Amino acid sequence: MATPLLAPAPVTLVPRTALDALSGPPQRFLASAWPWRSLAYLLAGVVPSLAFAAVLAPVRVVGGLAAAPLSLVVAAVLLTPMARFERWRLRLADRQPVRGLPDGWWPGWREAGHALVALVALWWADLLVVAAAIAGPAVLILSPVVQPTAPEGEATLGQTFVASAVGLLLVPVAAYTLAAWAGARAAMARAMIVPQEAEMREIARSRARLVDAFEAERRRIERDLHDGAQQRLVALSMKLGLAGLDLPPASPAAVRLDEARELAGQALAELRELIRGVHPQVLADRGLPAAVRDVAGRSPVPAQVHVELDRRLPERVEAAAYYVACEALANVAKHSGAGSCAVRGRLRRGRLLLEIADDGIGGADPAGGTGLTGLADRVAAVGGTLTVESPCGGPTTVRAQIPCEW
Amino acid sequence: MIAEDSVLLREGLAGLLERFGHSVVAAVGDAPALIAAVAEQDPDVVVADVRMPPGYSDEGLRAVLELRAARPSLAVLVLSQYVEQTYAAELLDQARPSGGGGVGYLLKDRIGEVTQFADAVTTVAGGGTVIDAEVVRQLLRGRRDPLARLTPREREVLALVAEGRSNAAIARALFVSEAAVAKHIASILAKLDLPPDADDHRRVLAVLAYLRAAA
Repeated sequence: MATPLLAPAPVTLVPRTALDALSGPPQRFLASAWPWRSLAYLLAGVVPSLAFAAVLAPVRVVGGLAAAPLSLVVAAVLLTPMARFERWRLRLADRQPVRGLPDGWWPGWREAGHALVALVALWWADLLVVAAAIAGPAVLILSPVVQPTAPEGEATLGQTFVASAVGLLLVPVAAYTLAAWAGARAAMARAMIVPQEAEMREIARSRARLVDAFEAERRRIERDLHDGAQQRLVALSMKLGLAGLDLPPASPAAVRLDEARELAGQALAELRELIRGVHPQVLADRGLPAAVRDVAGRSPVPAQVHVELDRRLPERVEAAAYYVACEALANVAKHSGAGSCAVRGRLRRGRLLLEIADDGIGGADPAGGTGLTGLADRVAAVGGTLTVESPCGGPTTVRAQIPCEW
Repeated sequence: MIAEDSVLLREGLAGLLERFGHSVVAAVGDAPALIAAVAEQDPDVVVADVRMPPGYSDEGLRAVLELRAARPSLAVLVLSQYVEQTYAAELLDQARPSGGGGVGYLLKDRIGEVTQFADAVTTVAGGGTVIDAEVVRQLLRGRRDPLARLTPREREVLALVAEGRSNAAIARALFVSEAAVAKHIASILAKLDLPPDADDHRRVLAVLAYLRAAA
């Protein structure tokens, strides 16, 4: 059986971005690599513009009327490596994986646009911030060295050392400034180059893989129990029954044997209920409509079933919908006081709509019990929504909408 | 003829049936083997598990349905780990009240009650119908209104009828006379607007058809 491989999620509190690092304890932040990474990130912004200028210089020499269109061509050619560079550079200030970006040579309009903006406008802003953050403390720290040559000896040596001390105190401030600006710039770059829906899609996909893995595991457990314990219990009870035939009826041994057979029967019944909860066989074999009809058949409150589907649905959708039907019908039986209920299901525009309506007293509160919340979670895990309509006095309607395609 | 994938159960079943005087002409472990063996041996009755290789889903049931479609007179007893009305319904849909061979659908648990199980095999082989008490209970539970007109005693009798018991067997189970049972049954059939019928098998199927249509 192919179980989807899942990459383990990083379970650490190590900051993943410069902005995250800022909010940590100051001593840890200052000792970390983040101020340096931030500095490198901001300085690296200069590289594309230098490269651009270097390539453009010969073009200018060619000069004349051809210069303007030639520069445009150069810019267009350089856009791809620049976009690659920006993607790499982002990792300096933001170590979260970048998902959903195109793999081919053409970076896509988002990244190309971002590279262009960075080339035209952002690099010098980065450079200004670096200059401001570093120049202040640097000048102050260096004042004992720089000042003595000043005319008129305005500042005493003592004063210059005070200035130097102040400069040293300003170094952490500079580190914070750099990390804050780098963090903000990286967040902006991420927002520009990583399409939001791609990230959402990736999250939805990983969630679906997780649900599938659970479903596969449930089937495996069901199969193991069915092929192992259940068969053995049936065989046991059969052997006990056969053994009973050899004993005189109503003898103490026969009575005890009969008791043992009953116990085996009870164990079988309990095991059967357990397995039904894990993964019902009829759902796997015949699909949702048959499985829902069987659940409704077991419901103490008479239930009408109209589930019309023209095809089998993905396994996880079937499992979630089945779970909704089971839980909703159990709630109807336990709480609603209804005399009858109905389960309706159909497909509309690639979504499964499942509705369980009763004629009971209503007043079901999703916040009150865990049952409805658990249901909503289960449906949300496959990308669906659950709505409960249950005014006091009734009736109650539970509706689930589950997308059948991704 | 036995079709059951678990060796333990297959051999146990063979031993059990032989002990009660049946002879097991073949015991197979999967659906294709079952179909081949039936063609070769022409058995009186087939006892088959719903779930069998190669797919471990409902191959056994599908094979049985296929066999019945080709030869409606073949008696079949299907064993299942669960009570699934869907499976019971598919079996019964094929067992039209006239002509077909016996049909049975039992939980595997019932094998433990060896005497009753052997009786069930005999009933099915003889053209009768045996439906697990659990299926009947679910069918009775699914529907309230028309059955509400029945007295509790009549409902008890109905459940036993649906299980495929004869008047004599019902009389024994309820400790009443056969005449009283016949009276109850006539009254039930009248209340459910079903035609009276002397044949146990057809009577059972009529009652089940009614319950399923209502549920």
